[in-house]
Amino acid sequence: MAGPRELPSDEVLVQRLRAGDEETFALVLDSWSGGMLRLAMSFVSTKDSAEEAVQDTWLAVIRGIDNFEGRASLKTWVYRILVNTAKARGTKESRTVPFASLLPEEEGPTVDAERFRAPGEQYAGHWVAGQEPRPWHIPEDHVLRGEVRELIAEAIDELPPRLRTVVTLRDVAGYGSEEVCSLLEISPGNQRVLLHRGRALLRRKLESYLFGAQGVAGGRGRA
Amino acid sequence: MNCAEFVELVTEFLDGAMGEPTELRCLVHLARCEGCETYLDQFRQTSAAVGALPGPNLPPAVRDQLLGAFRGLPRD
Repeated sequence: MAGPRELPSDEVLVQRLRAGDEETFALVLDSWSGGMLRLAMSFVSTKDSAEEAVQDTWLAVIRGIDNFEGRASLKTWVYRILVNTAKARGTKESRTVPFASLLPEEEGPTVDAERFRAPGEQYAGHWVAGQEPRPWHIPEDHVLRGEVRELIAEAIDELPPRLRTVVTLRDVAGYGSEEVCSLLEISPGNQRVLLHRGRALLRRKLESYLFGAQGVAGGRGRA
Repeated sequence: MNCAEFVELVTEFLDGAMGEPTELRCLVHLARCEGCETYLDQFRQTSAAVGALPGPNLPPAVRDQLLGAFRGLPRD
């Protein structure tokens, strides 16, 4: 996802950073640090540790910018340093997030089976009447400010770490699935399972918030 | 394809990562199922809302320190 401000091209950014242009450094620092903090939080155990991982990453970027070869985008390069830094910290804090295989709780259906007609019934596997998702409308400014923003931020923090890592990389940092697989050394299939489960949990939180704790079961009226 | 199957394929569908036969079955299902169309749309909205979320800020002291480190780097 693009940040609030448009950044110059990588070529221009790198050239200015190498020349020591402080304004350019402040620009990338302010544009990317928020997403980096959120990502670091999924590898380490405390906010302080996440801030230190981000700080160490930027120090490595400052010292290493001359070695940047431009094979990946500058942002991918910075994020790769962050992932490695945060992973190493997480290991030291015994909070490793191995991605090699899926955990049992990460498999299985992501929508409550009660919402579908039981096997053997007519239309088995289809939505039970009154349990189908009801359309919602979230005004954009509610996402940027307001309660919905708080709710989503909290819901992301509450995601299991591996789900949070993948959701953060894909939906916050805007990476494609190939980049995420390469950053986390994870198979495309497992990456998708984690992303899907993470998004499904977040969607469910929004649904509960918008339609009450009963989700769709409470009200029958169509919005 | 039924709804319980479709809801598990949404991310793969949005990634454009599925084979043509499965994608076609999803499209056929979507054309007939309002609930799943809504579910798909809500998945998109959820993902977009997550992307629009402003990140936490770096503490000002850390930011200042990094700007100082950048300024202080010897350059040739």
